[in-house]
Amino acid sequence: MREGFALKLRVRFTKNGSMKFIGHLDTMRYFQKAIRRAELPAAFTAGFSPHMILSFAAPLGVGVTSQGEYFDLELAEDMDPQEFVRRLDAQMVDGFSVTAAKAIENRKSNAMSLVAAADYEVGFRPGYEPSFDWQSQIPAFLAQPEILITKTGKAGERQVDIRPWIYRMQIKAPRILFLRLASASANYTRPDQVMEAFFAMAGEKLSPHALLVNRLEVYARKPETAMQGEEETDREPEWISLLEAL
Amino acid sequence: MKKLALRDEILLEVDKAARYIGGEVNAIVKEKSEVDIRVAFCFPDVYEIGMSNLGMMILYHMFNDREDTWCERVYSPWTDLDAIMRREGIPLFALESQDPVKDFDFLCITMGYEMCYTNVLQVLDLSGIPLHARDRGEEDPLVIGGGACAYNPEPMADFFDLFYIGEGETSYDALFDAWKENKKQGGTRRDFLLKAATIPGIYVPSFYDVSYHQDGTIASFRPNCPGIPSVIQKQVVTDIKKQYRSFEKPVVPFIKATQDRVTLEIQRGCIRGCRFCQAGMIYRPDRERDVDELKQSASAMLKNTGHEEISLSSLSSSDYSQLKELVYYLIDNFRDKAVNISLPSLRIDAFALDVMGKVQDVKKSSLTFAPEAGTQRMRDVINKGLTQEDILHGAGEAFRGGWNKVKLYFMLGLPTETEEDIRGIGRLAEEIAKCYYEIPKEKRNGKIQISVSTSFFVPKPFTPFQWAGMCSEQDFIGKAKICKDEIRSQLNQRSIRYSWHEPDVTVLEGFLARGDRRCGSVIEKAYRLGCLYDAWTESFRYDLWKQAFAEEGVSMDFYTLRERGEDEILPWDFIDAGVTREFLLREWHQAKKGLVTPNCRQKCSGCGARRYEGGVCFEASR
Ligand code: SF4
Repeated sequence: MREGFALKLRVRFTKNGSMKFIGHLDTMRYFQKAIRRAELPAAFTAGFSPHMILSFAAPLGVGVTSQGEYFDLELAEDMDPQEFVRRLDAQMVDGFSVTAAKAIENRKSNAMSLVAAADYEVGFRPGYEPSFDWQSQIPAFLAQPEILITKTGKAGERQVDIRPWIYRMQIKAPRILFLRLASASANYTRPDQVMEAFFAMAGEKLSPHALLVNRLEVYARKPETAMQGEEETDREPEWISLLEAL
Repeated sequence: MKKLALRDEILLEVDKAARYIGGEVNAIVKEKSEVDIRVAFCFPDVYEIGMSNLGMMILYHMFNDREDTWCERVYSPWTDLDAIMRREGIPLFALESQDPVKDFDFLCITMGYEMCYTNVLQVLDLSGIPLHARDRGEEDPLVIGGGACAYNPEPMADFFDLFYIGEGETSYDALFDAWKENKKQGGTRRDFLLKAATIPGIYVPSFYDVSYHQDGTIASFRPNCPGIPSVIQKQVVTDIKKQYRSFEKPVVPFIKATQDRVTLEIQRGCIRGCRFCQAGMIYRPDRERDVDELKQSASAMLKNTGHEEISLSSLSSSDYSQLKELVYYLIDNFRDKAVNISLPSLRIDAFALDVMGKVQDVKKSSLTFAPEAGTQRMRDVINKGLTQEDILHGAGEAFRGGWNKVKLYFMLGLPTETEEDIRGIGRLAEEIAKCYYEIPKEKRNGKIQISVSTSFFVPKPFTPFQWAGMCSEQDFIGKAKICKDEIRSQLNQRSIRYSWHEPDVTVLEGFLARGDRRCGSVIEKAYRLGCLYDAWTESFRYDLWKQAFAEEGVSMDFYTLRERGEDEILPWDFIDAGVTREFLLREWHQAKKGLVTPNCRQKCSGCGARRYEGGVCFEASR
């Protein structure tokens, strides 16, 4: 059994096309099998049902595509990250592709706990474009002192102010919005939650499945800015890609 | 990227959208303009079940090995999507191309259990193919039925253009070639069917007429057309030593299938001859695969799929002569690659305990015994060569090795069963518990846990019990109650858990298994009334089935309760399944006398399967 530890890799991949219908757990299973097919030297836990030491950064909702997904994987043998990318990418089906990998010096570094923000592109599915002039409403939406949404969690329903967690909301292309949202476990904010609040302000109802969401990148906080603590500031924190965060 | 048959909004609405998008690892995609034959291969149950079917996966690859053929997969849409497709008029599609099934040349439906029959109608209906073969036109796909249920195709005869009886490996090439040839010559659907009916193993129901006696039994069953054979010969692969190399790349589902692992078929058939077991009869003769080929296949399949587990598939795996060598090879070569070895159910002996100890956590795993009946008399009737001594000896060894969980499987309602036989189940469980407590306390691993499950016996075609009467629902419930009472009166009753299947599904299964052509109307009515996914407890609607019987004026009891006369023409008699009617009848008589018949390795009983010139029948002359 490969129980030893030689190297921890952070791997970046994309998820497109019909693969957006593959849920988070199934995506994990898919990668475990792909790693085996590629015969990569993954490290395993001991015991009767050994498993890979694999952890995904930020779960992606069903229906959302992504250009920047991450997982960490421990290897039992040293290997060149570029070689790893080449071999794993060769096992991908249409819709998945492995784009980068980097060795992480600090074995304790964990992609999931580093996640702090994510970028999204949001468009409308054909036939679902809003009938009102939504683009002009963005400044008013962001100017609100607070934006309350109802979150349902284990402890029942509660009201949450998501205004601090919308770092950016801009028109990117004629019908495409760019969002940068907080994504740590304590303040995880989804694009559809923001859009629903936005439509609600305009007195419109957002029909389910109207949005086409594409995640562009997932970030960690730049270490120096994380040090400053959580004082209330309008300034957007500084970010680095998960691949750079160690 | 290909366009999906279903809109995003629908895929976001339904449970497990991955069932419907295709695109899995090892799925085969071809250019449709470059093939001559398009086959939609359907397993009429939900994706996770269908994707676990080994037979379908073998044929999928075999068909696709033909350059002129593109075979794709089709499964039953789950009820949520079913409703949407009906509402919006979306036709059923195949996974790979996402093209409508109606555009295909063939729709092959494999039926492994009778309770999928309403799902077969769902597949036809959603595809927009007329349910009745006689209503189909030149443009409709040819609908072929196969699988274990095709050994009595009659209840489904109205809905299929043709059936393939036996193992798919032998005659499909001839069938596809005949279709191409017919097309080239501008022949009609009927021209092709006439041709197909002469290919070994192919049954075209529309070329046969059935007449009935006053009492409802069959008076005659004859071809209605010149040149059509009156007997259909079951197809068997004589030499299964060679593996299909392409089959070593099974499709890997994204969602967890029922069998989320590599399945290695180690042998086909069974030497045992249990009298209730249809598989043991229809897959004769027993044929073993070559152990070296299997080792290679195991490596190749694990590498090609990335599965974390491998299992062995066969009837009575302990009878595979190279089992030790194979299992130790798998353990030695794959355990250190973090591959789980999932053992088949084994006869409990030193070898079994050794390998079980190596691949499972003894504290968590259980011993499995399938005595099938509670007394030796009853076990002799069913020709189950497992004695109480065997069980107690095996269990004792296991208990000393640290095991403390035992699972026992029995059947209720077997022919000639008495109350004593039923009570024997509880008593056998008690003997096992006693055997455990004979071990010194310090060597035991806590309390013993015994679980007893009983299913109700269903007589099946091509078994010695094909003539037997089946119990009524009330009888079954009474028997389960006796069994429960006896278990509850044992000393160690607190260590014994008892569970039994519901009798309603069983009774219906009994009806469908031995039905004739007149049963099709009940199936169709039940489907029209809303029956679907009958194999699933949560969707099984016995009330609707009962309504269907009433509306069609068909008596279920005629098909279930009645013991058949020995000279009665049975609906499936026109099929030559390898085992002869004489052999089955001989076995039926032996059963009634409580006499056992040796297994194929002990002594050939001349069942008829020797004609296939392979397998165990020729072992002696090796
Ligand atoms: S012919 Fe004899 S050896 Fe062959 S399957 Fe039948 S009983 Fe067994």
